[in-house]
Amino acid sequence: MEALATLLAETTGLTGVPHIVWMIIGGLTAAGIATAVMGVTPLLLVYVERKVSAHVQDRLGPMRTGFHGLLQTLADAFKLLFKEQIEPEQSDKLLFVLAPGVVFMGAFAALAALPLGMGITAADLNVGLMYILAMTSVSVVGIIMAGWASNNKWSLLGAMRSAAQIVSYEVPASFGVLTAVVLAGSLNMGEISAAQSGGIWNWFVFQSPFGFLAFVMLFIAGLAETNRVPFDIPEAESELVAGYHTEYSGMRFAFFFMAEYVNMLIVACLGAVLFLGGWNGVLPGEPVFAGIPWLLAKVAVLMYVIVWLRWVLPRLRVDQLMTVGWKVLVPLTMVTVLGAAVQVLSPPSTQIVFRIVAWAMTGVVVLISIRAWRQTAHVPIRKKELASRAVA
Amino acid sequence: MISNVTTDSRTGLETREMVLNMGPQHPSTHGVLRLEVVTDGELVVKAIPHIGYLHRCFEKHAEALSYQTVIPYVDRLDYLASMNNDLGYAIAVETLMGKSEKTKIELSDRVEYIRVVVAELNRIASHLMLLGTFTMDLGAITPFTWLFRDREYILDLFEEVSGARLLYNYIRVGGVSYDFPPGFEKKITDFIDETLEPHMAECDDLITFNKIFIERAADVGVVSSEEALAWALSGPMLRGSGVGFDLRKDDPYSVYDRFDFEVAVGDGRYGPIGSCWDRYYVRRLEIDESIKIIRQALEQMPDATEPDEVRSAIPKTVRPPEGEVYVRTENPRGELGFFVRSDGSANPFRIKGRSPCFCNLSIMERLSEGCLIADLITILGSVDIVLGEVDR
Repeated sequence: MEALATLLAETTGLTGVPHIVWMIIGGLTAAGIATAVMGVTPLLLVYVERKVSAHVQDRLGPMRTGFHGLLQTLADAFKLLFKEQIEPEQSDKLLFVLAPGVVFMGAFAALAALPLGMGITAADLNVGLMYILAMTSVSVVGIIMAGWASNNKWSLLGAMRSAAQIVSYEVPASFGVLTAVVLAGSLNMGEISAAQSGGIWNWFVFQSPFGFLAFVMLFIAGLAETNRVPFDIPEAESELVAGYHTEYSGMRFAFFFMAEYVNMLIVACLGAVLFLGGWNGVLPGEPVFAGIPWLLAKVAVLMYVIVWLRWVLPRLRVDQLMTVGWKVLVPLTMVTVLGAAVQVLSPPSTQIVFRIVAWAMTGVVVLISIRAWRQTAHVPIRKKELASRAVA
Repeated sequence: MISNVTTDSRTGLETREMVLNMGPQHPSTHGVLRLEVVTDGELVVKAIPHIGYLHRCFEKHAEALSYQTVIPYVDRLDYLASMNNDLGYAIAVETLMGKSEKTKIELSDRVEYIRVVVAELNRIASHLMLLGTFTMDLGAITPFTWLFRDREYILDLFEEVSGARLLYNYIRVGGVSYDFPPGFEKKITDFIDETLEPHMAECDDLITFNKIFIERAADVGVVSSEEALAWALSGPMLRGSGVGFDLRKDDPYSVYDRFDFEVAVGDGRYGPIGSCWDRYYVRRLEIDESIKIIRQALEQMPDATEPDEVRSAIPKTVRPPEGEVYVRTENPRGELGFFVRSDGSANPFRIKGRSPCFCNLSIMERLSEGCLIADLITILGSVDIVLGEVDR
């Protein structure tokens, strides 16, 4: 923001205007761009989700609206915009209307501190990480409000599940994040990214086995916090109809929907920035376009994994979810924090051992993932089958 | 129903059990079943099934119809396994006709084999449907679509042979409505060899042995073998509990005694015998057994000699002699029995169906005591009800 304000002041040539004005204008511009970009991304993500699911399931997905259905989500957005907003008769009207806003706000506010590239952040906070964690937790308040205000037992059950889940998974998520903080020695998102510059071998996943473990844990906890499969129990369709947003329709429903996708984006961004080197390229040296393409590529890969997991895994049960959270993730992430501390304090000559272990672990997991991915990638109906159907 | 109010001794707070009305419109009640669920948080205290939403007076209707015209109504009992219903009813009426030498119907061998082939194909289609919906109840969406493309293919085959895709009216008293079209046998074997069997292997990869799936389904809704017998369960519900009772083997009808096949029973591979996973896996194995039967039947089937061979010479109006008969056959869901009583007229005096789903559903209330809401859905899915048959 500082950089943007100076840039604005210099390019316009208006020297008489006080610096604070430029700061405000710069901040608003950055926030505006971030919101606009992130506001459009859910549309894109929903399209991607539909296409990926279709290809996993041997379908074509949307094909009619625009080229290969590209405009389908736009059409749906307009549909939602014009739909009636139903309010249940016995509902708590004020909370009912407020809830989608709270959820949406929590998700979007967190975006402010996310770096999109080298030095490109709407708000370059020195405690950026803490801010993001705090903001993403706000949405749980909105979810409980929605569940309570709907005056629907399914919504209430969904909200209660969601509260229990998000509160539980905040703990391992925070520990996972803390691992990166320990490794980088900073809470500032930009500085954490900068600490991983100088080539792929300096990314935390490759620098430290604890970094890699924490990355996986953070990713899993992130899935749980965004209510994605296999942790989608708050909106478990086959159990709770639609969970906390059962009674919502029209744009209010769309707000929940968009918040979910923005939250996914935040999880992917966090993973990429904290452990996958952020905007740093594979090779050492200054990244092109402030590293935006690099960050986007990493986020895209993580997003794909999130979407892909949803379509190949069943859902956990409530008690199993708690078991995974408290008995597996929490202890493991505690170990990663301690391990990272040990690594940071150990002499430079031993670092090579840590790095080799990190590479081995990452390699094994990536190979397993690729094998699993190949098994489920059913990119539309196989030719042979099509031919046999034509005969029939 | 009045729910219990209890006071917590420590906090002095009143807690009240919540009555949840699950269904008749709910994503996982497989039609129009209504479950009255008393819950204590996530725990189910009691779940009482309420049936009758799809009651169509089949048995009373049948008294006003001639024997042949009852068949379309029989189709609509268990609409996922129409062929098996038709087979049971046709055998019942033919047995009744056989009580007197004058009315005895002689069936050619080819008819018997055609009946077995279509019945087993329908069993596969029905089981594919169950495996799909059951996994969907557990939150996995992709297996459903993968299994449905195979079911679609079977429906295509049925369409070719009978003209209908769901309610076939194909197996009639005294034969079947049409012979197989030319080259039909090859189409079936091609489908089994090239599509169904590889796809079953894929299904096992994706879901059957998925860790989360096993965690969710094993150890849930356990029915011991004594209990299964005491509750008069039948079909996969009974075999899942380790009782190897299959009417095709133990009381063979049609030409089932000429085939070599195994009766799949639950072996308690994960957790105790008789869990939801066992019931799922029994159905999965039964698909393999049905494939075996179809292969043998197609091999043994004599070639068509004369054009009208599949329709025996029977009088236009079927008039069985006075008397009564009870015939039981193995439906995909269990023992489907037809009690038919004739007073010598053209219409049956009384028809009573023994519905496997109805009997299997009776254990629902026992199984649901003290389980979680998520387990309730799992148990209901594994019981595999078709409301058309429960309500008749």
